[in-house]
Amino acid sequence: MIEYALRGGRYYWTWIAILIAVIAVGGASYYYQYQNGLTVTGMSKEVSWGLYIGNFTFLVGVAASAVIVVLPAYLYDYKRFKNVTAIGEFLGASAVVMCILFIFVDLGRPDRVLNVVLNPRPNSVMFYDFIVLSGYFLLNIIIAWSVLAAKEKSKGYSTWLKILIYIAIPWAISIHTVTAFLYGGLVGRAFWNTALMAPRFLAGAFASGPSLLILSLLVIRRFTNFDPGYDAIKKISEIVAFAMVTNLFMIGAELFTVFYSAQPHHLEYFVYLLFGLKEGAMYYGKFVPWIWTSLILGIVSAIMLIIPKVRNTPRYLAIACGLVFISIWMEKGIGLIVPGYIPSQVGTVVEYWPTIPESFISLGVWAGGMLMFTLLAKVAIGVLTEGVVEEEEVEEEEVEELEEELEEVVEEKEYRCELCDAVFKNIDECCEHAEKEHKIAKASCDMACVEAEPTAKQYKCELCDAIFDNVDECCEHAEKEHKIAKASCDMACVEVDEE
Amino acid sequence: MITRRRFLIMAGSALSAIALTATQAEKVLAAFAQPAIDQKNVKWGMVIDLRKFNELPQRKRRRVYEVCKEIHNIPVFPNPKDRVEWIWASDFEHTFPEQFNEYFEEQFKWLEVPVLCNHCENPPCTKVCPTNATWKREDGIVTMDYHRCIGCRYCMAACPYGMRSFNWRDPRPYIKKINTTYHTRTKGVVEKCTFCVERLEKGMEPACVEASEGTFMFGNLKAMESEVSKILREHFFLRRKVELGTEPKLYYLL
Repeated sequence: MIEYALRGGRYYWTWIAILIAVIAVGGASYYYQYQNGLTVTGMSKEVSWGLYIGNFTFLVGVAASAVIVVLPAYLYDYKRFKNVTAIGEFLGASAVVMCILFIFVDLGRPDRVLNVVLNPRPNSVMFYDFIVLSGYFLLNIIIAWSVLAAKEKSKGYSTWLKILIYIAIPWAISIHTVTAFLYGGLVGRAFWNTALMAPRFLAGAFASGPSLLILSLLVIRRFTNFDPGYDAIKKISEIVAFAMVTNLFMIGAELFTVFYSAQPHHLEYFVYLLFGLKEGAMYYGKFVPWIWTSLILGIVSAIMLIIPKVRNTPRYLAIACGLVFISIWMEKGIGLIVPGYIPSQVGTVVEYWPTIPESFISLGVWAGGMLMFTLLAKVAIGVLTEGVVEEEEVEEEEVEELEEELEEVVEEKEYRCELCDAVFKNIDECCEHAEKEHKIAKASCDMACVEAEPTAKQYKCELCDAIFDNVDECCEHAEKEHKIAKASCDMACVEVDEE
Repeated sequence: MITRRRFLIMAGSALSAIALTATQAEKVLAAFAQPAIDQKNVKWGMVIDLRKFNELPQRKRRRVYEVCKEIHNIPVFPNPKDRVEWIWASDFEHTFPEQFNEYFEEQFKWLEVPVLCNHCENPPCTKVCPTNATWKREDGIVTMDYHRCIGCRYCMAACPYGMRSFNWRDPRPYIKKINTTYHTRTKGVVEKCTFCVERLEKGMEPACVEASEGTFMFGNLKAMESEVSKILREHFFLRRKVELGTEPKLYYLL
């Protein structure tokens, strides 16, 4: 199966080369960070999580796309999604790999990462996050790979695979829930300390993941000969529409609670995020344009998705999905993490903005995930389209055979007038002849006209009894072997009937 | 080719090495076998008398923060975003935001408030640590294992008081004068105030208490007759963000 990833056209290899170049830049930046410490990032004593954890949080949501596709396809045996299942699951697996990489690049001591497993603390949410993310990655890879392998061998799914699929569904819900609890469980961070965190995560996840899946499917439809089926895309776009509206609703509910009750320590984070904070003569509001862009894009995309006419037009759907993706990336990414730290725990305002090395490392991780998804999707498309191509070929061959047969039938079915042994190309000519010559009515034409037996004539060389299909071959033979001139070929070659 | 002489030298040095490690191991074992603090009957707490502290001259107030830096090999970085601090000076408004209002006496507004780890009874920072690198001892001290910390900074997100610091870069070149009797940290780990647990084990008071000229008081909250218990029984005090239920063991007198 893996060999499909090694076959591709110019565009494919260019894309791979670009991704590898970005990964190389990211890798070099990570080396720089590893040497100098996390001081090369924009993070500080006050804002101790930033772009990395923001991307991590967002990508946990993207990994939802797998469950979106798996759930209806398997639970309800929903046939329309079956074609895109493997692609969705590979997208989920790639997103989880990015999550793990983002956690890894954020660690101060990446060399000690195994301590999470060696010295686990069962009441740390991060320990569970580590477990559910690794488990989710393994589940997705194993399921998608086995599904493709089964498809390639055109076999059904084995029982263990079905059990894994059923496990994967609640597991996908768990990765968002646990990640939301990571923040929601912190008593000291009023910005995150809300029960709405997990539902908001799920709503955002169900919008951003499938919208990326739709974008990928639209790209795949355009650049490969694999058609995931517009039906499936339509169905997923409905899910995105509902999820995006729910997401906006929950943001609204959060904002109402905070602003109407106006509890100062809840309020100050949201004031910073939405309007900026004033401290003396200083104004702090780096995230104000950021969050408003996100909200406006979110509202525009939700309106686009609600209107069926817009949603069902591929071009507008692509734009709406792009807007959903960007809006949620801004809002559930650093838009969710950084304001949790501003103002700080001692009431001071220290702002955060990512540095260049930090951004390069993040781009590198994104490129790594995209590379993984490209390779896996290539394999999936390879397996999925190979079946299709074979079927088409089979059909074409069959058609050709049929046509040939038809031609043969037309050629062979000559009609002979029994009364005078005349041969006609078809029954009509024969009947006309019978009417004219033998006064037989066309209605009873079958009295005279019968199908002529195919007369396959062959030629035999009388000198050596060799048999040839036509006279020319026989004459040539006679000239070569028996020194008989072509002009007097009839001395040697005689017609013979078959048998 | 190993000569007889060479073999004897090697054997001798190997033996002495074993003897040396044995004595060191004994020391380490002794330290574990006989804890200097009877942890079960002790609950450490600190009281800071803000009025008295603010009456000290500025030089003496600064000394409280500086002595901590010197003893614990705390680096001083050029960029404030990288800073590592165990105890530092804050003001009333930022330490007790829920108490602060515009009619507060002028003297409170300008009060210098030293802040350090509260060594909470219910520390939110320890329960989030995925690797058990930080925990609360039986005597109430919230401490760290710098060798186990992976630097995920979840504890920094969890601490409601901002009392934890991260080594954003290698601290060693930025330590003014290394105290060889205390450890240094590497880049990429979190560190915090430990109530000078290494001094408590030797029967000494925390360094900041010693340097505070009697304005900081430290002792066993479980013992009724201890100085801190008496003061807390007799005075009105403030603790930071009590509404969070973390039960800080750092008390401020006004």
